[in-house]
Amino acid sequence: MRFVDEFRDPDVITRTCSEIRRLADPKRHYRIMEVCGGHTHAIYRFGLKDVLPENIELIHGPGCPVCVLPMGRIDDGLSIAQDPNVIFAAFGDMMRVPGTQGSPLEHKARGMDVRIVYSPADALKIAKANPDKHVMFFAIGFETTAPSTALTLIRAKNDGIHNFSVFCNHVTIIPAIRAILDSPDMRLDAFIGPGHVSTVIGCRPYEWIASVENKPIVVSGFEPLDMLQSIVMLLRQLKAGHSKVENQYKRVVPWEGNRSALKAMAEAFQLRPYFEWRGLGFISQSALRVRDEYAEWDSERRFDVPGVRVTDPRAAQCGEVLKGVLKPHQCKLFGHECTPEHPIGALMVSSEGSCAAYFNYEHRKTAMVTLRPTA
Amino acid sequence: MCLAIPAKIVELVPDSASLATVEVAGVRRRVDLGLLEDDMPKPGDWVLVHVGFAMSKISEQDAIDQMRTLTMLGEAEQAMEEVQGYGLENLDADNVRKQ
Repeated sequence: MRFVDEFRDPDVITRTCSEIRRLADPKRHYRIMEVCGGHTHAIYRFGLKDVLPENIELIHGPGCPVCVLPMGRIDDGLSIAQDPNVIFAAFGDMMRVPGTQGSPLEHKARGMDVRIVYSPADALKIAKANPDKHVMFFAIGFETTAPSTALTLIRAKNDGIHNFSVFCNHVTIIPAIRAILDSPDMRLDAFIGPGHVSTVIGCRPYEWIASVENKPIVVSGFEPLDMLQSIVMLLRQLKAGHSKVENQYKRVVPWEGNRSALKAMAEAFQLRPYFEWRGLGFISQSALRVRDEYAEWDSERRFDVPGVRVTDPRAAQCGEVLKGVLKPHQCKLFGHECTPEHPIGALMVSSEGSCAAYFNYEHRKTAMVTLRPTA
Repeated sequence: MCLAIPAKIVELVPDSASLATVEVAGVRRRVDLGLLEDDMPKPGDWVLVHVGFAMSKISEQDAIDQMRTLTMLGEAEQAMEEVQGYGLENLDADNVRKQ
């Protein structure tokens, strides 16, 4: 494991690791899914796998918003921005994600007015500063970013800003977990619950995972010790035959979540009947759209949207990797055709995508080892 | 986008319902406190910021831990870039100009 010495208390890490070894039944194979892309990144970055017993397998979940966005949605958003009066505004994470005709950045190179924003509020600000243009904010993210987009919509309406709209791709985490549990090729023992999504939704929405599906879930922080402690908590539950929702990240996540944030989301958004997820297919009530009262600020109602559907390149196995059926390096394109420099699938684009994380930390490490002279 | 950036509230912006000046590793920026309406932070409090909006109150120790986690994840630089990119600081100046 890397960076151990930089932590508060390396001894605690060592003790936690021994506790994991003590609790893990050598006759069992444990499959634990970390739902959040931030956890995936941390697991590779810190080399957590090196300290876990071999029979504990971490499966990477669907919690990377860039990765689960179907390519057709990018094409749809970019097609609206073909209009020279439209400014395409999005987070930096979106800029290199390929659409069929290239990424937003490549469209910018061809003359499209594409702006990187760090906050939806900045997109609204661009609209205020450019009254003769229309600013479309290409919104993505789970419940960590959705409240900010919601509040920005509320502000746009209250301030009477009419040259601003949101192309809404916000998704919700619970239906995705349900889809994974319903998937016949998926056998999981427990979940590491997302940290920052839970600051918004709290811990209550996970209760069905424990009570109906009988799977333990622990909401976890992002430091190595947080994740190791969460694994201890999960193993204790599995050993005792319990399944409960536990909160390891109490210092940041309140059990009830953030009421103001939930209120803003309820005010500006409503559930879509269904939404397509890359790799997981259509999942009912899994995404948000702009509420009818805010129709004027909804890009999809304000503009003609082609409703493009694009199937992923056949050789790419993003879906299997996303569901945890295949490991990143088991995909036929991994490391050859598909690399962080030339991503084919979205999992290779974001640092939270499991392919990019695997490539940056595991693959490069192995490549370095094999390059070393053998003599 | 998914980064949670720790920031200390320096002051609430006068004549604005929910903007505050915060400090992140010595850099001062404006963030929006509108999503903490139920439990408004005061100057001196620490918050976690996502995409320009404060999402939760945290302790000073947690803020230090979070910054260290970002550093170890190799994301501290990106976090500072993100914070410096927030264009919110001129918002009220714009409004004043319009009025």
